[in-house]
Amino acid sequence: MEVLKIATAGSVDDGKSTLIGRLLYDTKSLTLDKIEAIDRLSKKNGLDYLDFSLATDGLVAEREQGITIDVAHIYFSTPKKSYIIADTPGHIEYTRNMVTGASTSQASIILIDARKGVIEQTYRHFYINNLLRVKEVIVAINKMDLVNYSEEVFNNIIQDFEELKARSDFKDQKLTFIPVSALWGENIAEKSNAMSWYDGQTILEHLEDLKTEDFVEQTQARFPVQTVVRPKTDEFHDYRGYAGKISGNSFHIGDEVTVLPSGTKSTIKEIHFFNESFKEAPAGSSVTISLTDDINVARGDMLVKTSEVPNEKKLLDATVCWMDNKPLIPGAKYVIQHNTNSVLAKIDKVEGNVNTNPEVVSQEPNLKLNDIGNVRLKLSKCIFADSYNSNRANGRFILVDTQTNTTAGVGFIK
Amino acid sequence: MNSILNQNSLESEAIYILREVVAQFDNPVLLFSGGKDSISLVRLAQKAFYPAKIPFPLMHIDTGHNFPETIKFRDQLVEELGLRLIVRSVQDDIDRGISVEEKGKYSSRNLLQTNTLLNAIDEFKFDACIGGARRDEEKARAKERIFSIRNDFGEWDEKNQRPEVFDMLNGKIDIGQNVRVFPISNWTELDVWEYIKRENIEIPSIYFAHDREVFERDGLIWTASKYVYKDEDEITKTKRVRFRTVGDISCTAAVESNADSIEKIIEEIRDSAISERGARIDDKRSEAAMETRKQQGYF
Repeated sequence: MEVLKIATAGSVDDGKSTLIGRLLYDTKSLTLDKIEAIDRLSKKNGLDYLDFSLATDGLVAEREQGITIDVAHIYFSTPKKSYIIADTPGHIEYTRNMVTGASTSQASIILIDARKGVIEQTYRHFYINNLLRVKEVIVAINKMDLVNYSEEVFNNIIQDFEELKARSDFKDQKLTFIPVSALWGENIAEKSNAMSWYDGQTILEHLEDLKTEDFVEQTQARFPVQTVVRPKTDEFHDYRGYAGKISGNSFHIGDEVTVLPSGTKSTIKEIHFFNESFKEAPAGSSVTISLTDDINVARGDMLVKTSEVPNEKKLLDATVCWMDNKPLIPGAKYVIQHNTNSVLAKIDKVEGNVNTNPEVVSQEPNLKLNDIGNVRLKLSKCIFADSYNSNRANGRFILVDTQTNTTAGVGFIK
Repeated sequence: MNSILNQNSLESEAIYILREVVAQFDNPVLLFSGGKDSISLVRLAQKAFYPAKIPFPLMHIDTGHNFPETIKFRDQLVEELGLRLIVRSVQDDIDRGISVEEKGKYSSRNLLQTNTLLNAIDEFKFDACIGGARRDEEKARAKERIFSIRNDFGEWDEKNQRPEVFDMLNGKIDIGQNVRVFPISNWTELDVWEYIKRENIEIPSIYFAHDREVFERDGLIWTASKYVYKDEDEITKTKRVRFRTVGDISCTAAVESNADSIEKIIEEIRDSAISERGARIDDKRSEAAMETRKQQGYF
C-alpha cells in the first residue's frame, strides 16, 4: 500500500494534536483500549469531552504540560493509503523539530488559529516548508467554531497567506486552504454543516487524493556507497558488490558510471536485490551494484552516470538550520556528513541570520539554536554535491559536533 | 533476469538502516526475542547483505519464562542461516544475586530483562543493538529515533534526543555509550504481517489460533503456567486463542481467535478494536509504563 508522510506545524494551542487525534478517531484508527485511555485521562483532567490531543502526546512531561515537546510519529490508514504523521511542536524554540518532521514528509499541514490569523510563527512554518521544498501544503484554519464559522475570517486569512506566498521563491508549491474545527471534527473527515459556504474538500478527502508517486523527485541519479559486500564464499568467490540506496533517478545494467571522488570510470555489470537481479532499479531502491572492472570503491564513494557528474566543491555555500545549544560561529570545526561521506569542515563565514519574518531584518555573525542563516564552509577534502533545489538527496548535509558528537545543524546547499 | 525492481519503501528504508549500522559501528548485535518483529528483522538483514552472511550475531535475553515454541523456533532459525546466537539469561542474574525476582499476583520478569540486557551489552562491548520496536506500538516508542543513544547506564534521555533529518543517520558516540537501532520504526503491525505473508516467513506456532489452558483476570486472558501466579479462585479453562505479541509468558496475554492462517490474522488485525499492546500486561502498570522502562534501558 502507498505510504504518505505528512508533517504538521502550528503554534502552541493551535490544536495540532487535537487535529491529529481527530483524524485517528474519524478513520477508526484509535482502538477501543486507546479511546478508553483517552476518556479516562480526559475525565481526570476535568473535561466532559474526549481530549484527542492525549492520543498523541507521548511523554509524561507533555501530558503534564499539555504541550508537544518532541517529534512523534503517528500512524493511521484508510483502505486507500497508509499515513505517517510527524507531529512537530509549535513553540518558536522548537524549530529544529519542525525541520526534522518536514524533512521526511511529502506533504505538510500548517495550522492557523482562526481567532489569531497569520502570526509571526506562521511565517516561520511557511518559510521552513519552502526551504525544504515541501510540495503540498494544506493550510488548516482551525477553531472556526470560535469565530462563528465566519467565511469572512477565513477569506481574510487566505488573503494574508497569499501575500506570504507571493514572496516565496518556490512557485511549484501547492497551497490548499481548509476551514476546520478539529475539536468537533468539522471538515477533518466529515463535511461541516455549519460551514455550508465552503464547498472544498475535507482534510482527509484532500490527503486521499494525493498520489505518492507525484512526490518522487526526478533528477540525476546518485548512488552513495554504504558498504562493500564481499561474501568470500566458494559460490561467490570473487564477488564484490556495492550496497547503497539509489536517489534521483534509475540506474540500469550497462550504464557508464564514474566513481567519485576518484573519477575512475566503469560500467554497471549487475544490479542485485537479495537473490534476484534486475535490469533497472529506480530511485529509492536499496540494492547492491557490481561493476565490470575490479576497481577500488569504498564507503563514502558515490557512483554517478558519467554524463551527469555533480559539482566538485571545496567551498560550500548553504542555508543552515542550527539545532544545537552551542552557537555556530566562524572558525569552528565540524564534521560534515554528506550522504555516506564525512569530511572536516571549517566555518568560514556566517552571513547573518535569515529572519523568517520579512518585517524584521537581523544581521548576526552567528547562529543560535533554532536560527536559520547563510553559511560558508571550507572543507578539508572535496565533495561532489548538487544544489538542494536541483537534487535534494545530494544537496543536503548535517553538521556533527566533533566534541559532543551531536547533530548540530542541517544544511541546504545553494 | 527481472526488468524493473519494484521495492516497497518500508523495506528499502529498513535495509538502508541495517547497512548504516554495519558501516558506522564496530560491534553491532541484533536483539532477537523470537517474536514476529525480530524474525522479520532477520529476513531484512539477510537481504541487506546477500550474498554475504548476516555480519552480526543475534542475542536473546532469556527470561526463562518463555513459550517453549519460540525457543525451538529460535534454534532452528539460527542453525538454518548459520548465525551466531548469544543467550544471556535473567535466571543467571537472579542466581548471582544481581536481580531479585518480583513477588505477588502480577510478578513478571519483564523488568529484570533490562538488567540482563545492560550487563550483556557491557560484557560484549556492543556499540549498536538492533531491535524490532515500532513507533506505532506505544506512545513513548512514537518518540524514538532510528538511532537512539543510550548512556553507559543504558538510560534514554527522551527530552534531549539528537535530531534526525532526512535519512541521514549520525552514529557517532562516546566510548561507553551505545545506540539502539530501530530499522522497522515506521512499520505498523499490519505492515509486518503483510511482509511475513509476502516473504513467506516462518513464525512460531503460538501466533496462530490454538487451544490453550487459560484463565481470565482484569479482562485479559492469561496463560496457565507454572511461571504465572494464579489465585486459587481463578479458574482455568481451555480456549481457542492466539498471541499478538510474544514476550515473557508472564506478561503476554492471549486473545480469543480462530485465525489459523496468516491471511486470517491479517483480516483479524484489520477489524480489531483493540491495539496490539492492549494485551501486554507490562504496559498496563501505568500510563507511562513504557516511558519509565525505556528511561532505565529497556527496549
